[in-house]
Amino acid sequence: MGARLGLIAAIIVAGALLLPLSAVAWRAEGWGGLDPSDWGALWFTLWQAALSAGISVLLAVPIARALARRRFIGRSMVIVLLGAPFILPVIVAVLGLIAVFGRSGIVNTALGWIGVETVSIYGWQGVILAHVFFNMPLATRLILQGWLSIPGERLRLAASLDFTATDTFRRLEWPMLRAVVPGIFLVIFLISTTSFAVALALGGGPRATTVELAIYQAFRFDFDLSRAALLGAVQLVIGGTAALVSLRLTLPSGFGAGLDRAIPRWDSRGLGLRAQDIAVIALACMFLLVPMILVLGEGVLNLTGLSAGVWAAALRSLIVALVAAASTLTLAFFMSKAIVDLPRGGWIEVVGSLSIAASPLVLGTGLYILLLPWINPVSLALPVTTFVNTIFALPFALRALIPAMRDLRDDYGRLSESLGIAGLTWVRLVAIPRLRRPGGFAAGLTAALAAGDLGVIALFASPDQATLPLVLYQLMGAYRMDDAKAAALLLVLLSLGLFWLFERGGRRA
Amino acid sequence: MLKLDQIRLEQGEFQLFADTVFDEGGITALMGASGSGKSTLLAAIAGFLPPAAGRITVDGKDITDLPPGERPLSLLFQDQNLFPHLTVAQNVGLGLRPDLRLTSDQKIARDSVLERVGLTGMGNRLPRDLSGGQQSRAALARALLRGRPWLLLDEPFSALGPALRSEMLTLLRDTAKSEGLSVLMVTHAPEDARMIADRTALISDGVLEPPVATGALFDDPTPALRAYLG
Repeated sequence: MGARLGLIAAIIVAGALLLPLSAVAWRAEGWGGLDPSDWGALWFTLWQAALSAGISVLLAVPIARALARRRFIGRSMVIVLLGAPFILPVIVAVLGLIAVFGRSGIVNTALGWIGVETVSIYGWQGVILAHVFFNMPLATRLILQGWLSIPGERLRLAASLDFTATDTFRRLEWPMLRAVVPGIFLVIFLISTTSFAVALALGGGPRATTVELAIYQAFRFDFDLSRAALLGAVQLVIGGTAALVSLRLTLPSGFGAGLDRAIPRWDSRGLGLRAQDIAVIALACMFLLVPMILVLGEGVLNLTGLSAGVWAAALRSLIVALVAAASTLTLAFFMSKAIVDLPRGGWIEVVGSLSIAASPLVLGTGLYILLLPWINPVSLALPVTTFVNTIFALPFALRALIPAMRDLRDDYGRLSESLGIAGLTWVRLVAIPRLRRPGGFAAGLTAALAAGDLGVIALFASPDQATLPLVLYQLMGAYRMDDAKAAALLLVLLSLGLFWLFERGGRRA
Repeated sequence: MLKLDQIRLEQGEFQLFADTVFDEGGITALMGASGSGKSTLLAAIAGFLPPAAGRITVDGKDITDLPPGERPLSLLFQDQNLFPHLTVAQNVGLGLRPDLRLTSDQKIARDSVLERVGLTGMGNRLPRDLSGGQQSRAALARALLRGRPWLLLDEPFSALGPALRSEMLTLLRDTAKSEGLSVLMVTHAPEDARMIADRTALISDGVLEPPVATGALFDDPTPALRAYLG
């Protein structure tokens, strides 16, 4: 029964993705319709993504290396900190980066004291800075996994051969990096080509407009649906190509387990190397923490002064997050059951992961085109946002649930069958208790991502339907920074709080 | 009477042929070298592996196409017999109703069977708080509670130490006798078969030989058994 429902779920997901994407392709009329500014957007999208991925990986290597070979109090906190940006609402981080690197931020203030020209965060440099803020921690965690996968025996052997740190790097670490880094680079490249909120808040203008932002502008300012669709098709080609290339590479599962150990090393005991590692870790923590502290710390002061409109937006975001979490979990549950039970269920996982290649704005454009003949799409802003978030969280939820579902079948499948436990009884007595942990993680991740999402909602929403991230963006646009910081605090409490609650709930018992 | 009527099992290259009758009452051991297909045969009887050919009947009723839970038999696996997140009482109660909505009479029946296997007062514990032997007892209790005429065991108690294992085998023999259960037990240990099995059936060269009295078989081993014992 469950497997058949999973099949139906997979078909629904496939339709929900392919129909809007076909609508985009159908509305996009001829590549000749691309004007020079569109080509500029395509070019900027590609080079900023390449640079973002490159810088993220370059910075991540020394940080991961330092974390791999040092043991210190608070190391596990650093690992948690490196995981946080993944569920941190993008617009909050942007606000934090503005507080540090903006015109009146601490960096420019310091530069002013020593008489150096101030730098602006708006433009390509801001877009890349924000992408590095989000992806350097991800890259660090993934590279750290690579480092920890070097067998301890090899390092002992290296020590017995009196390797220096340079020898170890050349013989052991460099081959590992060469194996893992290209995949990580591609993943970050892909993420950076589809990131919309960063470009919306920090980019713009002829020299810093991404394809995603161009879609939004064609849609929102020119109301040129066929141009939006054409740009959507361009974005689809970028995402599809990158996804095809990365098909063979393992994608990150977001929160790798087992990073809480350091491998003993004998070659890096020197004072210089130790100081270098301490400095690297401290700088990385500062880079991640200072923006957050500046936003959230000042946000506390204004929390009580928030208008009723902000609270109403927070309520809308909460509902979007909860519904998205419930629907993602339901889809992922039945789909992973079908993947595990059916002889050729592998294609269902492919369907569930298709959204990795698409982008929320493209999907949103497609939905708009599909809905337009029937209903005013703007009236469906919140359902569409919920739906898009469900589809985009599905790959992560599947990655969490499939291994657990497989264990469940291998360990207790025959026992359940031999006792005649099936259907809803199986769900209640066996599946829910055994899948609590990955289920709670998946629900928490979906809720956090949906609560903090600033994507299609920007495309669809009218003022009376804004979610909290959109209100926050509007406050920033109106230069009401105090209110923005308070709203940012509220948003962080909402999304990290939801993640924490679901994840804890899954771990209990 | 459990009848394997011209059964042929196939798993990839592997083939097993069985055309035998297991009589009611008493314990029959199923022996054979590792890889001979003992567990595969048991899985087929329990309903996890559809035979490529032939029928399985119990007392004349064809069970070949019945789902595992509806067959007139209970099954004890090597391990993983209990759900770790359910209490002992719940695990045992599954034998009465898979949805665990037990009436008060059924709860009394459950508690009395727990008492019979020596687990009085341990109903509220989780399996992880039980010793290996106690976990085996709980699984046995559930099999008793289900009241199916046949009990199939796949290398039971093999995770237990020698003393506990012989204790559990004795408990199995005694309960089988007092409850009138017919037992079919896969084992690789000749001493287990000698200790409690009335009859022993051997699998060799992809064929199940008919069961014969254990004592006689071991006193005068067939070539196949001699090859297995080494």
